[in-house]
Amino acid sequence: MYKTIIGLEIHAQLLTKSKAFCSCSTEHFEAEPNINICPVCTGQPGTLPVLNEEALKLAIKTGLILNGQINKFSRFDRKNYFYPDLPKGYQITQYFHPIVSGGYIDVEGKKIRIRRMHLEEDTAKMLHEGDQISSAQESLIDFNRAGIPLLEIVTEPDIETPKQARIFMEKLRNLLRYADVSTGDMEKGALRCDANISILNQENKEISKRVEIKNINSFKFVEKALEYERDRIINNLEKGGELIQETRGWDANKKETFSMRTKEEEMDYRYFPEPDLPILILNDELIETVRKLIPEMPEEKAKRFVSQYNIPEYDAQILSSDKELADYYERCVELAKDAKFVSNFILTELLREMKENEDSIETVKIKPEHFAELKMLLDTNTISTKIAKDIFPEMYRTGDSPKQIVEKKGLKQIENEDELRKIIENVLKENTDSIEKYKNGKKKLLGFFVGQVMKETKGKANPQKTNEILKELLEDN
Amino acid sequence: MTLDDLVGKNVIEESIKRIYERDKEINSVLRIEKVEGNKDGNYFGIPFLVKDNILVEGTKTTNGSKILENYSSPYTATAVEKLLKAGFTVVGKTNMDEFAMGNTNEHSAFGPVKNPKDLKRVPGGSSGGSAAAVAAGYVPFSLGSDTGGSVRQPAAFCGVVGFKPSYGMISRYGLTAFSSSLDQIGVFANNVKDVRTVTEIMKGKDPKDSTTLEHDKDLVKNVDIDLSQTKICIPKVVYHENADDNVIKQFERVINFLRSKGAKVDIKDIPELEYSVAIYYIIAPAEASSNLSRYDGVKYGLRNHALGLNKMYKATREGGLGIEVKRRIMMGTFNLSSLYYDQYYSKASKVRKLLSNKMKEILNDYHLIMTPTSPVLPPKIGEKLKPLDYYLMDIFTIPANLTGSPAISIPFGDVQGLPFGIQFIGRYMKDEELLTIADNFFKETPRELKNYV
Repeated sequence: MYKTIIGLEIHAQLLTKSKAFCSCSTEHFEAEPNINICPVCTGQPGTLPVLNEEALKLAIKTGLILNGQINKFSRFDRKNYFYPDLPKGYQITQYFHPIVSGGYIDVEGKKIRIRRMHLEEDTAKMLHEGDQISSAQESLIDFNRAGIPLLEIVTEPDIETPKQARIFMEKLRNLLRYADVSTGDMEKGALRCDANISILNQENKEISKRVEIKNINSFKFVEKALEYERDRIINNLEKGGELIQETRGWDANKKETFSMRTKEEEMDYRYFPEPDLPILILNDELIETVRKLIPEMPEEKAKRFVSQYNIPEYDAQILSSDKELADYYERCVELAKDAKFVSNFILTELLREMKENEDSIETVKIKPEHFAELKMLLDTNTISTKIAKDIFPEMYRTGDSPKQIVEKKGLKQIENEDELRKIIENVLKENTDSIEKYKNGKKKLLGFFVGQVMKETKGKANPQKTNEILKELLEDN
Repeated sequence: MTLDDLVGKNVIEESIKRIYERDKEINSVLRIEKVEGNKDGNYFGIPFLVKDNILVEGTKTTNGSKILENYSSPYTATAVEKLLKAGFTVVGKTNMDEFAMGNTNEHSAFGPVKNPKDLKRVPGGSSGGSAAAVAAGYVPFSLGSDTGGSVRQPAAFCGVVGFKPSYGMISRYGLTAFSSSLDQIGVFANNVKDVRTVTEIMKGKDPKDSTTLEHDKDLVKNVDIDLSQTKICIPKVVYHENADDNVIKQFERVINFLRSKGAKVDIKDIPELEYSVAIYYIIAPAEASSNLSRYDGVKYGLRNHALGLNKMYKATREGGLGIEVKRRIMMGTFNLSSLYYDQYYSKASKVRKLLSNKMKEILNDYHLIMTPTSPVLPPKIGEKLKPLDYYLMDIFTIPANLTGSPAISIPFGDVQGLPFGIQFIGRYMKDEELLTIADNFFKETPRELKNYV
């Protein structure tokens, strides 16, 4: 009887070399505090912003890949408020005329519409002694982050479940990474998400007040925070409690939201056009230049994988969902020369290991060369498919080549027919009852014999040869 | 004597000596701070003074405010850098109304400036220090900034030439922002020729200021026009704003002089001009309220300690900013508040556009618009008029800022022993034309009217 209504406000740091309005480096994760700063990004008197053309291009690129409309006329505005992380006392943003209008991402077969995307600048980073600002004796400010270009992406309230919100964010991250627009790394703050949620009572058509959740810093927490908030609001409604329009923060440790400020405490940002920057007029030529920079995107890539590698559509979609994974796949195919084999191993073995170990493709130790080697070991009958699957976790864990592992563990397949014949004869001697049943027509028992041989050889027997010898011996007797 | 006459001489020590001797009573120079120009530059050895809202590395930039009393400039403004490269030497920074807000120079945290031509009177403002310094003969020229008349009005009050170029002619990089869409660096000098020389050096597109424009005409060279070919428009508003009778009488003398030289002078009704002061006092404080937010005690400048962030902000700004600055921040904050934005800021911007269009239309038929620079003569120090009376003193200078037009104030005789300035407003980005006409006018002005004291 309740319907959840969710809209997202997302900030993505754009992957430019220099800041949005000055030439300082955007490097701020590893850098020592207050190294990449200048008079402009620390708000010294008399300084003026100059728009970084690279940031502009990345904004256009994002607009294009998210199916938005690039506005040929846009403008910068000032958002005024006092806070120590805001060096000028205002943030340069685009309030009245954003650079992109519209757009969408498909989530679970539904179009989640994007309302607008606009360029703005990041704030400085504050470090509070102790955990919380309220109890801190001292706060330090690192201006390395101040002025890094951000693209704010605002969705329509089209999202209906916390899970959809998470998927939207994951898809967005993948698209941004694909197009080299942003690292999309939520944990590092390169992608940030604020969520607005309200609940519609479908019986009486009443809609709850809207709550905004801030500080969500992982994809998992997007879903968790919204689930928590959805339940909290519904609980409140059921109890007949009064809900207030407020901004809440997500506490990742306690796994709950907490009130930050109510609507009455909201600031008046006194937006007005930024007089220091000219109006932004874009021409078709620039937009087309940017369009040409867009690489193959997931949907196109999946289609190509199906036709080029002859793999099922579902597999192709998974492989192309992440750009690094897709690149990894293609490098493996190039070396192993068997698209189907590689996709099977990646989809079943590799992705399972990655999930269990919470790894990303960048940190995987297995090299594409290892896939080629594994395929070679299989093709030369050095190991069986079973052994290949068995050693995979070790390849994953150690990064050792499959050859090394096979040699170290003595897992080479038993190829020698005489040797095999001896082992099989022994197995048959111990299972005379079953031989009888087999001869009486229970042909399925062949599998049982194979199993016994494998057990005896710890899986090293060449399966084909084992089959052949078994059949021969069983028919003869 | 012009700058060209000084080339090859070193008059820096002489300049500094004069400041030490005479400025105790005038208070136009806040600090003597020497930043030497390029030794190979053509003008090496010639000193100038810089208004204390323009940054020069090696000097403080206080903006006439307690909040920046100890602020050292971390870089040099583009305009100053170009002058240093040409050889000129900075010898100090001049007094001003705090953050360039005011037109009498009484709103400086470091005491008022006295008018060298009458020590009981104000030198005008906000660039009163720079105007007085040239009038007192310390330096051949100085830099000021003009947001609503802050170069032209003190030039008129002190009897020197003051020029505000077209918006975008000179880089604002390094000029402390008051009202970004109106601010422009300007020049004070004893003659129009020096103004032309200095502006020509400073002008041009600056990659650090996106609002600058390329200008390819040489400002020092005359365009082909003499006074007899000059068409001048006088807006009717000159006569029905409460201008001083003596000012109007002197203005009539200018008209007669120009007509005697063959110039065509018409009086026209330009009703849009009457909204200028209203538009200005909506837009300028709005932009100022935003521009001055950075003086918050966090990064540099004054910090008055108090427990809690908001209390620190309050103590710092309460103690660091003067009454006029606070008044304008309050007005600007109100004008931009979401409830009143459409009614004030947005509407004022539209009327500003109408005014620009009207000016353009008028200047299709005329070379320039002429007014007295100020409707009044320099008031006495401490006269204490109501804020609105001071605001109305800018009525003739404000339009050029709102429309971005170049405008110049040129001395023309005296009124009861006090300097009088005439203002020419020219066509946007046609500074070469305005300066040619101004120079023609200045050269043909009878000598006794140039040196009236």
